[in-house]
Amino acid sequence: MRLEPVANPSLARLLGFPAVALAVTVLIGSGLAMVAGADPFATLGLILRGAAGSQFAALETLNRATPLIFTGLAVAVAFRARLWNIGAEAQLYAGAVMVALLGTGALAWPAGLLLPAMAGAAMLAGALVLLGPAVLKVRFGVDEVVTTLLFNFVVLLFVSMLLEGPLKDPMGMGWPQSPRLVPEARLPRLVEGLRLHWGFALGLIAAVIVWVIQTRTTLGYEMRAVGLNRQAAEFAGIPVGRVILKTALLSGGLAALAGFSEVAGLKGNLTLDISPGFGYTGIIVAMLALLNPLGVVVTAIFVAGVFVGADSMSRAAGVPTYIANIMLATALLTMVLAIQLSRFRVKWG
Amino acid sequence: MAEILDILLSASFWAAVIRIASPLIFATMGELICERAGVLNLGIEGIMVAGAFAGWMAVYSGLGLWTGVAVAMGAGMLFGLLHGTLTVPFGLSQHVVGLGITLLATAVAYFAYRLALPRVTTPPRIEAFQPLPVPYLSDLPIVGPALFTQTPLTYLAFALVGVVSLVLYRTPLGLAVRAAGENPAAVESQGLSVTAIRMGAVMVGSGLMAVGGAFLTMSAFNSFFFEMVNGRGWICIALVVFGAWMPGKALLGAVLFGIFDAFQIRLQQTALGADIPYQVFLMLPFLLSILALVVMSRRAAVPAALMTPYSKGER
Repeated sequence: MRLEPVANPSLARLLGFPAVALAVTVLIGSGLAMVAGADPFATLGLILRGAAGSQFAALETLNRATPLIFTGLAVAVAFRARLWNIGAEAQLYAGAVMVALLGTGALAWPAGLLLPAMAGAAMLAGALVLLGPAVLKVRFGVDEVVTTLLFNFVVLLFVSMLLEGPLKDPMGMGWPQSPRLVPEARLPRLVEGLRLHWGFALGLIAAVIVWVIQTRTTLGYEMRAVGLNRQAAEFAGIPVGRVILKTALLSGGLAALAGFSEVAGLKGNLTLDISPGFGYTGIIVAMLALLNPLGVVVTAIFVAGVFVGADSMSRAAGVPTYIANIMLATALLTMVLAIQLSRFRVKWG
Repeated sequence: MAEILDILLSASFWAAVIRIASPLIFATMGELICERAGVLNLGIEGIMVAGAFAGWMAVYSGLGLWTGVAVAMGAGMLFGLLHGTLTVPFGLSQHVVGLGITLLATAVAYFAYRLALPRVTTPPRIEAFQPLPVPYLSDLPIVGPALFTQTPLTYLAFALVGVVSLVLYRTPLGLAVRAAGENPAAVESQGLSVTAIRMGAVMVGSGLMAVGGAFLTMSAFNSFFFEMVNGRGWICIALVVFGAWMPGKALLGAVLFGIFDAFQIRLQQTALGADIPYQVFLMLPFLLSILALVVMSRRAAVPAALMTPYSKGER
C-alpha cells in the first residue's frame, strides 16, 4: 500500500472524509450507549442538545472551549516549529498558581492593573516551565516529548504541595484549595447575566495575535522554517536554537493563560482539578485545526461541544461518563486519518 | 545515616525494588521493540491501563491467572494493531496517534470497569499471583528473598529481557526489526515488507506493555484502581532512552529506578521524611528520569528512522 498526494483535492474529497469520521464517532458513541443499556437512536440527539440545545448548553460549551483555545494555540505554535510540547498541562497549572499567588489579596490593586499583572505573571511562569525542556533540547539534545510529559507530573505534585502548604485556604475545611480570589482579581462576565467570562474574548484575541505573529512577522517565518526543515533553516542562517527557545516562551505563555482564565474567570480559586487534561486535549484541538491559529478557535469549540454534549448525554441516558473521552479519542483518531485521506490517495500494491 | 543503611541492608527493600521494576521491565521492553522498528508508541500509558484492567477483569470473571495475562496481552495487541495501522501504512503523526491511543485505551478501560461494576465503592479483589520461591536459591541471604521469592510474572519479566536481546541481536527477525528502524529502504531492498515488520513490532510491543499493566493488578496488587498506572508508561519511555535502546541497559535502568523508588518510599517513613512534604518524594522519580535523560542523551544511539513513516518507492 502506498499513499499518493492528490494534486487538487475536490471539495467533496475535503469534506467527505471528515464527515465519515464524524459519522463513525457518533456510531461508536451510540454503540457504546447501547451496550450500556441506553437507546442508541437517542444518543446523537442528546449529544446535540447537551452541547448546543439551549443557551445554557451553548455557554457551557464556550466556557469549556476557552481553556482549550489557549492550550490549542500553545500546541499549535510549538508543533509548527517541531517543538513537541506535551506539557501544556504543567504550563497551565504554573499560570494558575501565579493567579492564586497574586489574586488572593497579595496585591491590593484595582482590577485594571491587577488583571494584566496576573496575566503577565502567569505567562511568565508558563513560559519558564517550558523553557526548561526547551533548553535541554537545544543544549543537550534531550527529547522534549519525554521531559515535557514528565514535567506535568512534577508540576502537579508541586501544586499539590502548595495547596497543602503556603497556598492552603485556612477556611477551606481542610480541602487542598487556595483562598478565593479578591473581586478585583476576577475576570468580569462578557455580558451581564450570562455565564461567560472575558477569558473567551481573550482567547479570540490571542488567536488573532498568534495568527499575525505566524504569518506577518520574521519570528513567525523563522518558526515555520525551523519546523519545515531544521538543516535548511540553519543553512539559511536562521538561529535555530534561539528560535526554538522563543517558540517555547510563546507556547508556554499561551498555555499558562488557560490557567489564568480558568482560575480568574471560571473557578475563582485554585484547586488540583481545575484542568481535566486541558493540556493534553489542546493537542487534539491543534491537530484538528492543522496547527492553524484561527482554526484552533473552531476546533476548540467543536471538541468542547463533543465533550460537553457526550457528558450531558451520559448523564441523561445513565451511561458511564467516560464515554465522553472515548468519543473524543475516536473523533481525534478518525479525523487525523480523514484529513490524511483527503490529501492522499491510497494505492494498493 | 544508620537509618539509611538499615534500609539498604533489609531484604524486604530489595524485594520491593524488584517488584517495582517488574512492570516497568515488561513495558520498557515493549516500547523498545516498537522504537527499534522505528515507531514511537506514546500509547504506552493507556495500553498499560487497558492491560491492567483486561487481565484483572478476566480473572475476576473466573478465568485463570495465566489466561488473564493472555487476555491482557491480547487487549494490548488490539490497541497496537490500531496504533500500527494508523502510523505505519497511513503514516500519521506518531505523537498524535500515540496520545490518542492513550486517551482511548484509558477511557475504554474506565468505561468498561464502570459498566461491569456499576456500584462498587471498594474495588473488588482477585486471588493474585503468589510468590514462588525458587528451591535453594531463595534461602540465600538478601538475594534470596529479593530475587528468588518473587511471583512467576517477575521471573518472566527478567527472562523476557534475555529473549528480546537474543531475538534482536542473534536472529534474522531481529536484524530485520532493527533495520526497519535504521534504514527501512535497505529492508525493502531485501524483499521484506517494512510495513509488516513495523506492524508486528508495534503489536508485540503493545502486548508487552499491557502485560506490564497487568502486573500491577495481578501481581503487585490484587485490585484495579483508577489512576493506578500513574505515569509509569512515560517513565518507561524515559527508560528506553536511558538504556540507549538496548534491552540489557534498559533493564539496568528499570532496576535503578526500582531502587530509587523503593528507597524514597522508605525514606518517607523515617524522621527525616516526616519533615519534608510527601509530594517532594513523589516528584523525585520524575525528576530523576529527566536527569537520567540529560546524562544519557549525549551519547544515545537513536534509531535513525524513528518517527519517520516509510513510504515504498519514495526517497
